[in-house]
Amino acid sequence: MRFRIFRYDPDKNDKPTMQDYDVRLDPHDRMLLDALVRIKEQDDSLSLRRSCREGVCGSDAMNINGKNGLACITKLAELKEPVELRPLPGLPVIRDLIVDMSQFFKQYHSIKPYLMNDDLPPEKERLQSPEEREALDGLYECILCACCSTACPSFWWNPDKFVGPAGLLQAYRFIADSRDQAAGERLDDLEDPYRLFRCHSIMNCVDVCPKNLNPTRAIGKIKELMVKRSV
Amino acid sequence: MALAKRSFDVVVVGAGGAGLRAALQLSEAGLKVAVLSKVFPTRSHTVAAQGGIGAALGNMGEDSWLWHMYDTVKGSDWLGDQDTIEFMCREAPKAVYELEHFGMPFDRNENGTVYQRPFGGHSQNFGERPVQRSCCAADRTGHAMLHTLYQRNVRARTQFFVEWMALDLVRDASGQVLGVTALEMETGELMILHARATLFATGGAGRIFASSTNAFICTGDGLGMAARAGIPLEDMEFWQFHPTGVAGAGILITEGVRGEGGYLLNKSGERFMERYAPNLKDLASRDVVSRAMATEIKEGRGAGPHSDYLLLKLDHLGPEVIDKRLPGIREISIKFANTDPVKDPIPVVPTAHYMMGGIPANYLGEVIAPEFSNGSGNLEKVVPGFYAAGECACASVHGANRLGTNSLTDLLVFGKSAADSVIKFLAENPGRKDLPKDAAERTQSRLTRLDSQKNGESVAEVGAEIRRAMQTHCGVFRFPDMLAAGVKRIRELADRATRTEIRDKSRVFNTARIEALELDNLIEVARASMVSAEARKESRGAHDRADHQDRDDANWLKHTLWYKDGDRLDYKPVHMKPLTARSIEPKVRTY
Repeated sequence: MRFRIFRYDPDKNDKPTMQDYDVRLDPHDRMLLDALVRIKEQDDSLSLRRSCREGVCGSDAMNINGKNGLACITKLAELKEPVELRPLPGLPVIRDLIVDMSQFFKQYHSIKPYLMNDDLPPEKERLQSPEEREALDGLYECILCACCSTACPSFWWNPDKFVGPAGLLQAYRFIADSRDQAAGERLDDLEDPYRLFRCHSIMNCVDVCPKNLNPTRAIGKIKELMVKRSV
Repeated sequence: MALAKRSFDVVVVGAGGAGLRAALQLSEAGLKVAVLSKVFPTRSHTVAAQGGIGAALGNMGEDSWLWHMYDTVKGSDWLGDQDTIEFMCREAPKAVYELEHFGMPFDRNENGTVYQRPFGGHSQNFGERPVQRSCCAADRTGHAMLHTLYQRNVRARTQFFVEWMALDLVRDASGQVLGVTALEMETGELMILHARATLFATGGAGRIFASSTNAFICTGDGLGMAARAGIPLEDMEFWQFHPTGVAGAGILITEGVRGEGGYLLNKSGERFMERYAPNLKDLASRDVVSRAMATEIKEGRGAGPHSDYLLLKLDHLGPEVIDKRLPGIREISIKFANTDPVKDPIPVVPTAHYMMGGIPANYLGEVIAPEFSNGSGNLEKVVPGFYAAGECACASVHGANRLGTNSLTDLLVFGKSAADSVIKFLAENPGRKDLPKDAAERTQSRLTRLDSQKNGESVAEVGAEIRRAMQTHCGVFRFPDMLAAGVKRIRELADRATRTEIRDKSRVFNTARIEALELDNLIEVARASMVSAEARKESRGAHDRADHQDRDDANWLKHTLWYKDGDRLDYKPVHMKPLTARSIEPKVRTY
């Protein structure tokens, strides 16, 4: 199978290039990550992040034939050759398929991604009805792979000011949690021309999310809440 | 060569469940903490845990930590230390409530309490009938827990060193641990992290097997570091094979599937677990189910064109239950087995999953290195300044076989208790000992050797050979001749592993170098496992020997200790005395 992979090593001081690889696959190789592991056996200098190889850790996000996705759950059989692989767009490249995710995590941290509740906790669990808990479905499952934010033109233009779809999905995850007491504070923080309102519902995030989550819908809900509280 | 050096109160190595729980405790105590992780914390392998956290909350019916304790001791085939097991089962409910207070999105009952599902080996009233004890968030409990703990650490402003790989322990002449050497992956820079206390939460090492549910990062780094620093590894012959890995892919399918009512079938559609475990059937403990499956396959009753897997049926649960309680399983099955479990059964095989052994520790998370052995001397001697929690530690809570859900319980309870012990140790030992002059010598010679190696061995090849050797010689069923041959083979591989060569010499994010350094750890784990397994002449829990089919309490109710130096083995007694409860005497184990 043929691959064309983005290569860049700042230690060699070269310009980025695209390198072609021909790999003989094993019949057991199903996913793109399996092929990348084969390539790395031939050429140990190819650098990428990977860990769980089952789509839950979020390490191996990359741009696959023009679309962001996770290598470990992308089926080889469904890819057009040569398979063109690039690092996630919009973030600085450290080396090969490895990007610097600092900006992405900075935005995630900026929404205070933790439960805020100042009441003394009860001796046992806080109670939450199944319906209240269901409100978190489609939100808490995010794996922070950054496929969505790095597919978002608004994030490309303003990665320092726009929270981006991943961070906003998590902001809503806490706003929607019946146990969280800081919804007002969270909305205040997002009521800003950039942090939330750079989202123009382009919906690239929904299109690429490997967990089938819908950040655009979550962003819509945040906007709804803002409207609701201003009337 | 002078090395960069930084000083902390505590260095925590690993940012999975145990590392994050410990880090939280330490940060909130106001200590200066550095948490090192090879990957961004939420990418740690805890993220892949599915089924739940075992704790006797009693939300679904009567339950008691004493029953949980009994199940865990029985599950361990009496090799677990009963003081540690009591401590875990007693603390478990508190740990779950606390996690809930941190924001964990647990599934709920109509009355608002945490939903609990049945799980293998967990029972009511000392083995009578299954109990619902597993606190879960759908089939993504590990993911939800890891993210919740990370989030809480963000709140506590814990300092993370992300994508830093710890390479070696620093010990002084007295044996006290004073930190680690570590490599910053992005820059390739080596540094000494000087610490008053060092806590390992480095996870498992399932990557020593060819067929494993474990992530690529599970290479036993903490065990390799400990072994190289002269600390023994305990009970390394005990590896859990999870009954349900996706055939051919190794991806985990939670026991929660069987907890929710799924069951296993052989090729003729027979629910064969009824023959092997008439009472708990498919919810017998994992070693029992895996052995039953391997027997079915061996005797020609496997399904599929090569009769080499079994079928996990759950379509009778209906799409509502599957989508609500097991959505991740459906996703995995469709992706990795081309099977939608709403319609068809999932092809599964026993797959290497969990390391019951590890760095010897006690219930306080202190690392133990016995001074003498075989019955005399100080068998509980603590290594000053060194702590271990989670899968890398052998406390020993899981003994010869871990019960499902007890791994997450272990991370929470012992992550916290190890951190509490660190806090106490630092209060009692306010000073800071100086680093020895040769603090980084071992690491530097490893790196220099690797970078200058010519005509060496391929890291990928030696790694693949280790995995093949473990799979062939040290699997579900073990045979004396195969084990003896396995020891020989693994020693040859250990020799080859000293000559690994990498072609990539770049300083920047050199993953070839990382994989070579990981191999140094993998080989120690593999050697320890094979040598310990060859020596144990009985069958207990996950260790099943063809030539000694029975458990032999008279000779083998003891923990193995393996020392890297000369592959030496020693043994220490099992703690049969709990902290407050009555001792659970060994008896025949049936489910």
